[in-house]
Amino acid sequence: MNEWERNETHGISRRGALECMIWAGTGVLWTLAAGVPKSLSLLGEAQAAEATGFTFLQISDSHIGFNKPANPDALGTLQEAIDKIKALPAQPAFMIHTGDITHLSKPEEFDNAEKVIGSAGLDVRYVPGEHDYIDEGGGQAYLDRYGKGTKGAGWYSFDDHGVHFIGLVNVVDLKAGGLGRLGADQLAWLADDLGGRSHSTPIVVFAHIPLWTVYADWGWGTDDSMQAMQLLSRFGSVTVLNGHIHQIVQKVEGNMVFHTARSTAFPQPAPGTAKGPGPVTVPAEMLRSLLGISTVEVRTGDRELAITDATLA
Amino acid sequence: MKTDMRTLRSDWLRAILIAAALLAYDGRANATEATVNIENFTFGPQVLTVPAGTTVVWVNNDDIPHVVAEKNRKFRSQALDTGDSFTQTFTIPGTIEYYCSIHPMMTGKIIVAP
Repeated sequence: MNEWERNETHGISRRGALECMIWAGTGVLWTLAAGVPKSLSLLGEAQAAEATGFTFLQISDSHIGFNKPANPDALGTLQEAIDKIKALPAQPAFMIHTGDITHLSKPEEFDNAEKVIGSAGLDVRYVPGEHDYIDEGGGQAYLDRYGKGTKGAGWYSFDDHGVHFIGLVNVVDLKAGGLGRLGADQLAWLADDLGGRSHSTPIVVFAHIPLWTVYADWGWGTDDSMQAMQLLSRFGSVTVLNGHIHQIVQKVEGNMVFHTARSTAFPQPAPGTAKGPGPVTVPAEMLRSLLGISTVEVRTGDRELAITDATLA
Repeated sequence: MKTDMRTLRSDWLRAILIAAALLAYDGRANATEATVNIENFTFGPQVLTVPAGTTVVWVNNDDIPHVVAEKNRKFRSQALDTGDSFTQTFTIPGTIEYYCSIHPMMTGKIIVAP
């Protein structure tokens, strides 16, 4: 049974929506074609491909401080991921980290992560995971380091190479029985942030917990993400990048592409295939095949990106 | 006579032992403890009924930290790493709903009986 069939069995995918689920390899190259971003190949092939546009890189779930059997050396595997990035023939313009930088929000965990990630020599844009918000100050440790220039719990936007990037926070003030949550303040800010923008602006949204429901039983979704998606639906090209679930799951819906990245620390089970979503311990020689990074290529000036179709919806 | 004395003494001893045992039992009854195990992202038991005065101990047996929080955050633990525990004593009868504030699909109830 392949991953696709397995997911069908567990009923997590909307019919025809979830395109594929990839376990092997180390990363994913993205391009934007006819308004719909498209996953082209694994990073191994991407390295060989000629990089014509600008690329940025996503890493996620480094969980510095984690030392359990699933990976006793999370800092070491993060270093390996960074070394892979440094070895890329075309250096990405910057990096995004989609949260769970640390395991327990401890100062030394943030410091160690910063040291290793910083060794790539790239600008890094962060959003927090729930593990980065469990210090006694309720997120102060994260905000002290990465909150500068952000709003609320750490959300913000910026523009690069004609693409509008939006970093959202959906790990704070979660409600009993619920999933991830953006909250009214952040949604109001998002509406305002998108307000004056042309619908042909390519949008990249990144947040820790998936902004679509991958598997509600394990909390792999965001309660009020539909409101965010409605605000984004008029844009011709929307790419949503998440982490949290430590595996690649991807879906295309209309002009929106949803993608979750692997962790650099440890794998988690495919939806519904274990008693719970906790770390999966695999044979040591297999671990690295389940960790990884993602490269995103935006072919600016290229016909593929220039032609972005927008619906009237 | 000698024998009677010995019987008397041992009766006394027995009475004292019984009294001590009763006191110990009473002491326990006044400070009941109950445990909620956190495993595989679930609270076990999910619904726990205890007499008023019970101290509930949550123990995290997962490789992932959890935070035990009352539904409206009337109480909240620190982040519990693997093996860490959190205790809370419930003196007022009623139902307490709680959850893990970083994995909110994890919910549980403590029913405090009068």
